[in-house]
Amino acid sequence: MELFMIFFGAIFFNNFVLNRFLGICPFLGVSKRIETSVGMGMAVAFVMTLASVMTWLLQGLLLNPLGLGYLQTIVFILVIAALVQFVEMFMQKVSPTLHKALGVYLPLITTNCAILGIAILNIDYKYNLVETIVHSLGAAIGFTLALVMLAGIREKLEINDVPDAFAGVPIALITAGILALAFSGFVL
Amino acid sequence: MEFLVEIIKPVLSLTVLAVVFGGILAWADKVFAVKKDPRVDEIIEVLPGANCGACGYAGCAAFAEAVAKGEAPVNGCPVGRQKVADEIAKIMGVSAACDDECLKARLVCQGSDDVAKTKMIYHGIDDCRAAVLLHGGDKTCPYGCLGLGTCVRVCPFDAISMGDNGLPVIDAGLCTGCNKCRDACPKGVIRMVPEGSAVLVACNSHDKGAAVVKACKVGCIACGKCVKVCPEDAIALVDNLAVIDPAKCTNCGACVEACPTKAIIRL
Repeated sequence: MELFMIFFGAIFFNNFVLNRFLGICPFLGVSKRIETSVGMGMAVAFVMTLASVMTWLLQGLLLNPLGLGYLQTIVFILVIAALVQFVEMFMQKVSPTLHKALGVYLPLITTNCAILGIAILNIDYKYNLVETIVHSLGAAIGFTLALVMLAGIREKLEINDVPDAFAGVPIALITAGILALAFSGFVL
Repeated sequence: MEFLVEIIKPVLSLTVLAVVFGGILAWADKVFAVKKDPRVDEIIEVLPGANCGACGYAGCAAFAEAVAKGEAPVNGCPVGRQKVADEIAKIMGVSAACDDECLKARLVCQGSDDVAKTKMIYHGIDDCRAAVLLHGGDKTCPYGCLGLGTCVRVCPFDAISMGDNGLPVIDAGLCTGCNKCRDACPKGVIRMVPEGSAVLVACNSHDKGAAVVKACKVGCIACGKCVKVCPEDAIALVDNLAVIDPAKCTNCGACVEACPTKAIIRL
């Protein structure tokens, strides 16, 4: 039950993009086409889960025993950057098709605050390893959901007659705001 | 002593972490190295790098890959023009300058404002494709160039400019043979001609001689003089228009001399 709550809580109630405002850059940058937003979402899900596990282990095995909790941010950034780079190399060798599908998004994720956010949140909430994985997966699905939803709306907006002053980014921001409003309705 | 340890501990652990990660990445780079065509990177270097997609590929990298595989032509980047094409050709070890197969766009009409008659004064959208909808445009000759510059605007290489006489001028040096102007021209008055050809039937009219003379001073009247004078039998009359077979033509220029209306020109 606890895991269930964490999972759906991360998708809807605490949606990373729409309620926590993390990962806004890819949210606006890669949400022009549903196809690319799905690709980005998958890549984020992949990296998020992997990075959370890595950072959780590092926190538990290295930082806490040494009393270096305050190095969290810089260590996590180091880990995530190295991990993404490693995954990219690994993917290129093992599965070129997957690399083609996700490859362009991977470097974008390296310094994404949503990834760093989930890693730090997992520690803050004092989750165990299973909870960490479930939380990250939920957060990634929530991120993908928000991204695909905005992409769907923006694809429709493209063929609509948007006033000049709102065309492009402004209308996307307004759309994202209304979308976030809908998601904040989950808060009890 | 206590605070020294407090300083050394984080510095040391971070350094160790960084070195470990660096080592893993260096090892991974060797182990997971994918054999990539080195030419791909070289081509990416010389491309403009705007990832505009004008070549039809997902970006400069995708285009470079296609070139290295031989799927895309070396001159496939419309933004980089000849300069980039030359450099890619150098990397690929082929010549960008082509022989007979290389086609250049040529205007097959000499009906400038002073030699071609008009049947009306056109006041409308400044585009050949619009003008042609109104009784085929203002020229009396139904095959002639309307001179409103649609080809000038569609050319991605700035190879076409509007001349003073109301006809577009194609710079063969800049033309890459992309066919865009030929496809855009509603009159079909731009034709793709092998670069090596030095003589050109610069008329597009399929009308009978009498009608051509009424409409234009430099039209092909299908008199057949060029056919007779050609020593290589390279010219034939097809539907009231002289057509040169580039495979047989030796660019001797006998037809240019013989043509009574000067419809055949030397380039």
